[in-house]
Amino acid sequence: MKTDDLIAMMASDAKPAARFSIPRRLALVGGATALVALAILVPWLGLRDMGAAVGDTSYWMKTVYTAALALGGFLLAERLARPGVKSRRGAFVAIAGIAVLGAIAIAQLASLPSAEISAALLGSTWDKCPWRIGLLAIPGLIAVLLVMRKFAPTRPALAGAGAGLFVGGVAATVYGLHCGETSAAFTLIWYTAGMAISTAAGALAGWRILRW
Amino acid sequence: MSAAWAYDFRLAPMFVGLSPLPRGGSPMTQLGFLLSSGPGNRRRLNRGMAVEAFDGPLKALMLKGLGGDAAAHAELLSRMATLLRRYFARKLGPSDQDVEDLVQETLLAIHLKRETWDAAQPFTAWAYAIARYRLIDIYRRRRVRRSEPIESAEALFAEDTADGSAATDVERLLSELPERQRAVLKAVKLDELSTAEAAARTGMSESAVKVSVHRSLKALMRRVRDED
Repeated sequence: MKTDDLIAMMASDAKPAARFSIPRRLALVGGATALVALAILVPWLGLRDMGAAVGDTSYWMKTVYTAALALGGFLLAERLARPGVKSRRGAFVAIAGIAVLGAIAIAQLASLPSAEISAALLGSTWDKCPWRIGLLAIPGLIAVLLVMRKFAPTRPALAGAGAGLFVGGVAATVYGLHCGETSAAFTLIWYTAGMAISTAAGALAGWRILRW
Repeated sequence: MSAAWAYDFRLAPMFVGLSPLPRGGSPMTQLGFLLSSGPGNRRRLNRGMAVEAFDGPLKALMLKGLGGDAAAHAELLSRMATLLRRYFARKLGPSDQDVEDLVQETLLAIHLKRETWDAAQPFTAWAYAIARYRLIDIYRRRRVRRSEPIESAEALFAEDTADGSAATDVERLLSELPERQRAVLKAVKLDELSTAEAAARTGMSESAVKVSVHRSLKALMRRVRDED
């Protein structure tokens, strides 16, 4: 087939294109991820006493942290879905979130008597938290990678990592509705580990399936 | 007497290079350029002019095409075909058999993935990133280990000559499409009928013809990807 024929064919396929289709579709996936994770969480582990949680600063600290990382992942995925753009903003948001929580965690630990430090670091669910977040992120991870395939990531592994951080952050935010851990250090280590599982899975899968 | 003259002489080319700058950029970047007078900056500024001169018209066509203007879309794609042919010929050698296939693959991506272009971004930067991605892919398919440095989008505009001949790869892929899609394509393309005429001939509705064309294009792209 001659290139001119191909061009004529594509011209006849020129429909008005939807605007903002990338952020819109990613946001839809984020919402769906939250709903599905919630639908798994409630029968599986149940919610914590939400009346007490909304008055608890540590609940909001965790939620703001995981939501900030979800936002960073969203921005990364949204940029990396496009050829030829820079994507520093998303990484900046994620790193800033980690840095702020790190500072809070250090300040908290410094004010504790040494006997309580290990409890602040490990809580009572440290060995379950990361895996639960990773599991809650799985449906969202599948969905976000399928959506990313429609786009044009020229760095597939990185784009997959951004997408994985996005849904991992959403899943961690939902997990916060169950988890009663209160220390900043616990959140910094174990929630971040859960989101890192999702990010690494996204990078690995992206490297395999986001090529085009 | 010679000092002032020599000064002007040395700086003249720089100011030619600087002249387009104050229109864009923040005050800080303008200040940065005014303070630095190295040859590297001068080259960067000239390149900025070249990209801007090419990018404006292409961007305008792209915006019209995204709005559904088929003529503007065709014009954009054929201008891109010329630029891409030169670009790939320069990278692979003018007589390389893959040049025209790469042109077609890149045009397909420009068409099918056009929603990934951000209107705030230069069109050429987007198109160049796609072309480079296709080029790296062909190195990979040929099992050639070779790095492709990121150049400015201006790489698309470098002068060179090559003729555009028919490609065989896409032709072969096309022959593997389902019968119905092929009939539609033949009516629309090779016999140069409008979608309405093609619809009348094949007994399908016009929207079914359009869907069929779209599916065929996507199938072509998938086959390119699954080739290796």
